[in-house]
This record gives sequence, C-alpha cells and structure tokens, in this order.
Amino acid sequence: MLKIKNLHASVEDKEILKGINLEVKPGEVHAIMGPNGSGKSTLSSVIAGNEDFEVTEGTIEFLGENIDELAPEERAHKGIFLSFQYPVEIPGVTVTNFMKTAINETRRAQGLEDMPANEMLKKIREKSELLEIDRKFLSRSLNQGFSGGEKKRNEIFQMAMLEPKLAILDETDSGLDIDALKIVSDGVNRLKSKDNAVVVITHYQRLLEYIVPDYVHVLLNGRIVKSGTKELALELEEKGYDWIKQELAV
Amino acid sequence: MAYTEEELKKELETKEYEYGFYTDIESDTLPVGLNEDIVRAISKKKNEPEWMTEWRLEAYRAWTEMEEPEWANVKYKKPDFQAISYYSAPKKKPQYDSLDDVDPELLDTFKKLGISIDEQKKLAGVAVDVVMDSVSVATTFKKTLAEKGIIFCSISEAIQEHPELVKKYLGTVVPKKDNFYAALNSAVFSDGSFCYIPKGVRCPMELSTYFRINQAGTGQFERTLVVADESSYVSYLEGCTAPMRDENQLHAAVVELIALDGAEIKYSTVQNWFPGNKEGKGGVFNFVTKRGLCEKNSKISWTQVETGSAVTWKYPSCILKGDNSVGEFYSIAVTNNYQQADTGTKMIHLGKNTKSTIISKGISAGKSQNSYRGLVQVQGRAENARNFSQCDSLLMGNECGAHTFPYIETKNKTAQIEHEATTSKIGEDQIFYCNQRGIDTEKAIALIVNGFSKEVLNKLPMEFAVEAQKLLEISLEGSVG
Repeated sequence: MLKIKNLHASVEDKEILKGINLEVKPGEVHAIMGPNGSGKSTLSSVIAGNEDFEVTEGTIEFLGENIDELAPEERAHKGIFLSFQYPVEIPGVTVTNFMKTAINETRRAQGLEDMPANEMLKKIREKSELLEIDRKFLSRSLNQGFSGGEKKRNEIFQMAMLEPKLAILDETDSGLDIDALKIVSDGVNRLKSKDNAVVVITHYQRLLEYIVPDYVHVLLNGRIVKSGTKELALELEEKGYDWIKQELAV
Repeated sequence: MAYTEEELKKELETKEYEYGFYTDIESDTLPVGLNEDIVRAISKKKNEPEWMTEWRLEAYRAWTEMEEPEWANVKYKKPDFQAISYYSAPKKKPQYDSLDDVDPELLDTFKKLGISIDEQKKLAGVAVDVVMDSVSVATTFKKTLAEKGIIFCSISEAIQEHPELVKKYLGTVVPKKDNFYAALNSAVFSDGSFCYIPKGVRCPMELSTYFRINQAGTGQFERTLVVADESSYVSYLEGCTAPMRDENQLHAAVVELIALDGAEIKYSTVQNWFPGNKEGKGGVFNFVTKRGLCEKNSKISWTQVETGSAVTWKYPSCILKGDNSVGEFYSIAVTNNYQQADTGTKMIHLGKNTKSTIISKGISAGKSQNSYRGLVQVQGRAENARNFSQCDSLLMGNECGAHTFPYIETKNKTAQIEHEATTSKIGEDQIFYCNQRGIDTEKAIALIVNGFSKEVLNKLPMEFAVEAQKLLEISLEGSVG
C-alpha cells in the first residue's frame, strides 16, 4: 500500500530525513518510535504532502502510484489521513460543517455526487456513537476551546468519517488521560480492517498496549535504525533509546 | 501541486472582476460639470415641483462652501467634480406594463448578474425596484404592496405622488448640509427608492433594490428614504454590482431611515461595486451617508456585506432618540488588492434605556487597508444606556492592514459600554489542515472566512446570505500568504 524508498527531506536546508525505507501492506499496523527530534513528525508531514518540507531524494508510492507530485488534498482524496499532533482551530466552522465539506470535496474529486443529507446525518450519528462523542460537541467550532483529549478524539472521529485506506496517527496519545486513550484506541481498532493500514507515531510504548502493532520501527536521527515486532517496543520502554544508540555505536 | 505563496499571488492578480461587462443602452446624459443651472436642469428633467428645486439649490449652495473631508484612513486622488456628468437616464424612458416591454439588452444584463426579474418574481416573494443608472425601469409587486397601503417606488415618483410624505421626512435624519457628500447628493440626486409602511403593518415580503452604475463618467447619487410608521415592520435589501470601468466612478448615496414609535426596520446591504484592478486603477469611490432615527420602542438594524469599491467611506448609524429604542450594526468588510475601506457606525444614545450592538468583521488581503471607525455616544439624559461592540479583523498575507478606531463618549454615569477586539491571521497550518482533509486551498479559505463572518451572515435574510457567501468567496479567491 505504502512504499517509501530512500526518502530524504529537509526544512530550510537542514536535512531531517536521511534515507527512510518503509513498506506498509493492507491490514498491517506499524509503529514508528523515536526520541524527540528524530524526524517522526516530519515523516508524517511529508507523507501527507506538507510543502514546508522539501523532498530532496527518494520516492513515496501509494497504492502502486508515485505520489511525489500530488498536492496534500489529492493525497487525501486517495485515502491518506493524518491525525495531527496539534489540530488547528477554525472559529465559526462547526465539526459537522467541516466534515460535510471534507467528505463532499473528496467525493467530487472521485467524480461522485455530494452525499445526501440523510446519509450524512446517519453516518455522523453512527461514528459519534462509536467514539462516545456528545452530539452537542459536533455543533461547536472546530477544535476551538477543545481540551487536549477532545481534540484527539475529534481527529479520530474525522478518521472514522473519512474512512481512509492509510491512517497516520501522529502522537495521538499525547494529552490523553487513560479513559480517553482507551476510547480513542478502541475507535481505531474498530475501524481497522484487512484492507486498510495504520501507522502509529509515538514517543512512548503506552499507546501500543491498546493499538497493537505488527511491526515496530525505531527512528533515530532521520533513519530507521531498527525494526522488529511489538516486543521491540517493550524493550525500548525498558532500556530507553540510549540502548539503541549504544548498540549502533558498537 | 499545492499553492505556493507566489502562485497564489499570481492567480489573485490575474483574477478579473466577475461582473465586469457593460451594457450598451442609449443614454440621455447632461453635459459634464456642476452649477446652479445643472441642478435646475436635473430637477426639470424629473418634472419636480418648485419646492424640490429650491431644496436642491440650497444644498448645492451649502456644498460649494464645504470641503471634502480628510479624516478617514484612506488615500485617493480627489475626484474633479466639474468633470462628472450628473445625470444619465436610459433614453427609452419607460413605464412598462410587463417585462416584454423592457429593453431586451437590459434584461440580458440582469441575466448575467443572475438576478433576472422573472426569477425574482417567482422566488421568495421579493419585489425588485431596479435602478439602472438613475431612473427606475421596473417595479414589481406594487399591487400586492398597495393593498396593504405600503408605498414602494422610486424617489422621483414619490416626489410626484406623495409630496406630503417626502416633504415631511426628506433630510430630517441626514440634513442636506450634514456633510460634503450628503450635500452633493441632496443637490444632484438622480433617483433612488422610497418606502412607506403604514401604522401597524408588517410588510409581507423583503423589499429589494438592485443598483448598478452603467454609464461611463457618470456619478451615481442615489437617495433612499424609508419611513416605518408606528408599530410597523419592514426588511429592506439593497445590493449592487457595477461593470468594469477604467476611470474612477463616484458614488455618493444617502439613505435615511425613520422608525416611528414601536416600528422596526431591518436594512441589509450587499455591496459589490467594481474595486479597481490589481494595480489599484479604477474602481468606485463609495462615499455613503446612511443614518436611521429611532423613536420610542423602535429598532433599526443595519447589516452590510462590503466587498467592492476602491475606496469606501461609510458609517450606517442610529440615532436612538426614543426611550427603549434599539440600534444594531452588523458588518463584514472585505478588502483585497489596493482597496481601502473606512467603515463603521455611530450609535447616538439620547433616550433612556437605549441599547446598541455593534459586530464588525474586517477581512484584509493583498495590499489593502481596512479600518473600523465607530462612535458610541451616550448623552446626559440617556439613563441606563447599553452598548456592546465587537470588532474582529482577519488578515491574509503580510502586506495588508487592519485598523480599529473606536470612539466612546459618555455623559451619563449609568451607561454600560463594552468593547472587544481581536486580530487574527489565516495560517498556513489551517490551510494544510483543511488540505489534508481533502479540501483544496480555495475552498479552505472560503470555509475559514465564512466561519469568521458567520455571526454577521446569520443576520442576513436567507436569499441574501447565499449571495453574500458567494461574494466573499469570489472576493478572496487565492488570497492567502
């Protein structure tokens, strides 16, 4: 589904990603772990097409197609979803209106008609129940005055609405208390299928107790230095990132 | 590829004025220049009675003694008032019985604007008094209104048919010597609308006037007078688009509203005069005096969406004379390229327990300058006056400006006055967030701007709100930095 080959990316001439290779197949859950500043968020931004970052080398393939030249919204239309670490506020635009616009823009890009209102409402009801979201919440301005937990839950709600093929969760666990973490992970797990894939980006192992990865990759200084199964995450938790650094130095 | 700032700028610059077309209709135009003879000639062309001619002449004489105001936060080359033709009427002076008699070219223009009268007739019960250049050429729904005793006609017709009402109210809210542009308008106003709602009558439909400037080199001097008699209600819509012109066009309108005891007037405007090209050439100078007088327990509500004009100078105001009267001002002002707007309101509290609300949303893009200027004044006898003001500015890019000039004067200790102001910028991060959800940059800006303007858009009548939303999108396409 996602094939990243020798990806180099920089911001303001400072190279952050220094040759990433990663392959994600349908039905898989991958975790990318690493200390602060290792390039985790840059990787998610580059996959989503954020033009603040310049791709200097390498390619990204999605569903067998090179997406290097595609705009962020075109990548979204193909089924790439990014749950933001810091979701932005849009005053005066309700969660419902935002979702309606996003879904219909995606449908238009695919040559479909707008989703009928009753279908939209039904979907909103279903997905908000799935994530235990109060209906009142949906008529509030997007992320405005939301708590950290509400923002993250709202991200996953949007993921549920848009039904992406590839979901990248960037530090979705940060700012969540244990109850919210459970609800969010439950939501993600229920949305998982053999046809879609999830990439979880996290600093801590905590989230991976709830969203269990098939593969764990360690990102250090712009490179994936170690890959393994979920046991690797536990080892990291126990020994810290210095252990990897030392191992690499040997 | 997604937009870079450079690409966006380029796109914005090449965007042409959407309604920039010009209708070729024979016109009956007076020679350029202004003197007493021209004022008399205008009055004569309109078959006005002597008192009206004298009224105009008095205004003209006052105007010659006045100077163009310079306190607004706008810069422009002052118009040469002797190089303007002050009267232009479509030649085939009409009194049409049906639309079939209307000049087909004119109808075509309406179609381009998407306001075909046919459609208007069918839709939502809106009566349209269309002002093309200066003379009203079509008035619909008059009959239905007449049954309720409502008068809705051109001001010229009102001077002929209802001189007692015009004489009683014209110039009572905006005196003919009020200011430079009001005096000019009083001297040379060509046409406009008149509306009278009798006691206790609730006007059954939104009254609507579409204005268009359509003759090269002619100024537009509209005069509107709305009188709501005791305990009546009317909602009045004013909207305008202007064709593309190279030279500046002067627009100096005067609108007077009178709400007698217990009456309510809701006055909504969508303004889309030609704003000038990307270099700031051309465009309409819009110097408007709008003011309403509130008697006891009455209410006047101004709502405006201002997207056009090269220079805007406009302060729809309320004089809250009667006890318990209410004044409201809801405004969205958009400036792009080299547009300049200095707009706001005056709320003058004279009566006891008077209340006013001001919600102003300024959106600046390109190299434009957008100023809010407002006065809240509480006079000594105005016990328990209350005002709430909120001024929000939204900036796009780094080359535009937003300014707020709130003036508060109070002579009564019981007054409660609140003022809130915010300034924000559309961020790249907001755009990227929308992009990531599949919403392209154009649509994202429209979404963000509509969200920002929502409190004011909600105040517009339904059919106008849709048009206003479309205008906001057109005015700001591609303007993010």
